[in-house]
Amino acid sequence: MSLRRPAKDQPESFEFNVSSLEAAKVIVAKYPEGKQQSAVMALLYIAQKQNNNWIPLAAMKYIAKFLDMPYIKVYEVATFYTMYNLAPVGKYFIQVCTTTPCMIRGANKLVEACKEKISENESELSNDKSCSWMEVECLGACVNAPMMQINDDYYEDLDKQKTLDILDKILNGETPKPGSYRGRVNNEPENNRKTLMNLKNA
Amino acid sequence: MLKDQDRIFQNLYNDKGSDVSSSQERGDWVNTKEITNKGRDWIINEIKESQLRGRGGAGFPTGLKWSFAPKEVGSRPHYLVINADESEPGTCKDRDILRFEPHKLIEGCLIASYAVQAHVCYIYIRGEYFVDGQKLQAAIDEAYEKKLLGKNAAGTGWDLDIYIHYGAGAYICGEETALLESLEGKKGQPRLKPPFPALIGLYGCPTIINNVETIAVVPTILRRGAKWFASLGREKNTGTKIFCISGNVNNPCNVEEEMSIPLKELIEVHAGGVIGGWENLQAVIPGGSSMPLIPKERCETLKMDFDACVEEKSGLGTAGIVVINKDQDILKCMARIARFYKHESCGQCTPCREGSGWMWRMLERMAKGDATKDEVDMLGDVTNQIAGHTICAFGEGSSWPVQGLLRHFKKEIEKRNNLDPIVQKKNNIPYLVDQHLLDKKNA
Repeated sequence: MSLRRPAKDQPESFEFNVSSLEAAKVIVAKYPEGKQQSAVMALLYIAQKQNNNWIPLAAMKYIAKFLDMPYIKVYEVATFYTMYNLAPVGKYFIQVCTTTPCMIRGANKLVEACKEKISENESELSNDKSCSWMEVECLGACVNAPMMQINDDYYEDLDKQKTLDILDKILNGETPKPGSYRGRVNNEPENNRKTLMNLKNA
Repeated sequence: MLKDQDRIFQNLYNDKGSDVSSSQERGDWVNTKEITNKGRDWIINEIKESQLRGRGGAGFPTGLKWSFAPKEVGSRPHYLVINADESEPGTCKDRDILRFEPHKLIEGCLIASYAVQAHVCYIYIRGEYFVDGQKLQAAIDEAYEKKLLGKNAAGTGWDLDIYIHYGAGAYICGEETALLESLEGKKGQPRLKPPFPALIGLYGCPTIINNVETIAVVPTILRRGAKWFASLGREKNTGTKIFCISGNVNNPCNVEEEMSIPLKELIEVHAGGVIGGWENLQAVIPGGSSMPLIPKERCETLKMDFDACVEEKSGLGTAGIVVINKDQDILKCMARIARFYKHESCGQCTPCREGSGWMWRMLERMAKGDATKDEVDMLGDVTNQIAGHTICAFGEGSSWPVQGLLRHFKKEIEKRNNLDPIVQKKNNIPYLVDQHLLDKKNA
């Protein structure tokens, strides 16, 4: 299990804004009547998005009322799943995969790059407060290892220099292009494709 | 090597585009109505005859699973749930189906829903695949627009709605009952079985849960016939499978191949060989991190299918092949996997919650060479106390890789830790209670 604690400084109140409210209503309609509790995960995402990528306790209370469920159940969900940030993170939130398939292809170099460019420790904001990074478990892009995720996008086939370049761009406020950084197409074997050749050449 | 025309996922590398019209060129959605017109029993029988086994890891026969759904819909509606919570280290096949072959999945959902009489289908996608989920959502929207979903979907007379539900980074939600809990808006802690989800599942209703790849191959099987599918591979291990080859190979890739293909052929032909040559191979994890590793000598002849892997005391799992060469420290690799399981244990059953961390700490000590002699035996003992003593299969998943390490690399551990029977190390290791409180990092 992972230990997760809510931040010490919590805002007083939280409310969905108009667009969040609309999105929340669409989500609740996906589930059968009386089963609106199913929407809690999606609503926590919406709250997280609205609140600079983290979820304050006030938002959990608000969602509990919104879905007519006990606050503790929302709290349980928010603290159980690791993608809900319970404390502030950077506007650019960098997650480096360090599980074995990435590790044996050099994920520690990516961690080094993050330490050099962003902050010495994980989950710590960079000097300009725009970025933070953390090590995470398998992100499910193992054939593109090593890789990292910045907000929603995957950056694949990296090495230390490429990571430094990407982080430089982010610190300048640019959004680098997601995908493979060795120029390969999706998950095909580089320069060694032996299957579906007629489609490739068509 | 499998012939190109026998590959089900023609768009695995996105050569053609994933929209409806290019999917139709590949044969999707062409005669869905004719397939469903042949009736439920025909569909389920055909899937049974094709001997399709679930692609999510356990390899349960899909036709059999579908036949467990009640024949008549009673007071409770039926549900179909697609498990796209792909989190097993080494596995990244479902992601490619979600983003490049979404219509194979959607059509499969329609046929499977018809077969098990479900009108609502939920696709549970792991939260990290947000971008790929958006691509699937776009495909679903397009299908609604073209009347392939919704009322009288694709002219079959069956109504079906598909909704996407995002997870939020919990590996355990790939376990089917934990997935249902999560879908109900609770924390993902597995349920006791029985009752099985086929009778009491989502919201207490009959629910069939299948992996993405399983459902996505269904339309092609029904189109080309169970005989064609069963002619690939070998008895009980039929068909094709997407293999993900990662780790120390020259060209890591996803490739669809026939079942029972030799592991060596996969690595040498498709993945461009082991870095440093075949002789530099140390071990291979054949089916995602929870399957025990297989040392080089056995890899020479290993055939990649469910039963052949079991004979090697491992398993095909999700077919996520992680190749580890001799430049890597095998103990560190396995310690990292143990850390993964420690992080992902849901905390419900004590053996797993405490044991997964215990195994990780012992392996870390062994990797550093700080372990005591007792600990090697103790590690094996702990794995035996976890496996089989938990609600879900996570206990096995976390202890099997460690057992595999002990089975094949015990000498390496003994060598590194200088376990001389005469010299007794006096390490004070408070291994029993609350040790996680001592570990500041990742407690």
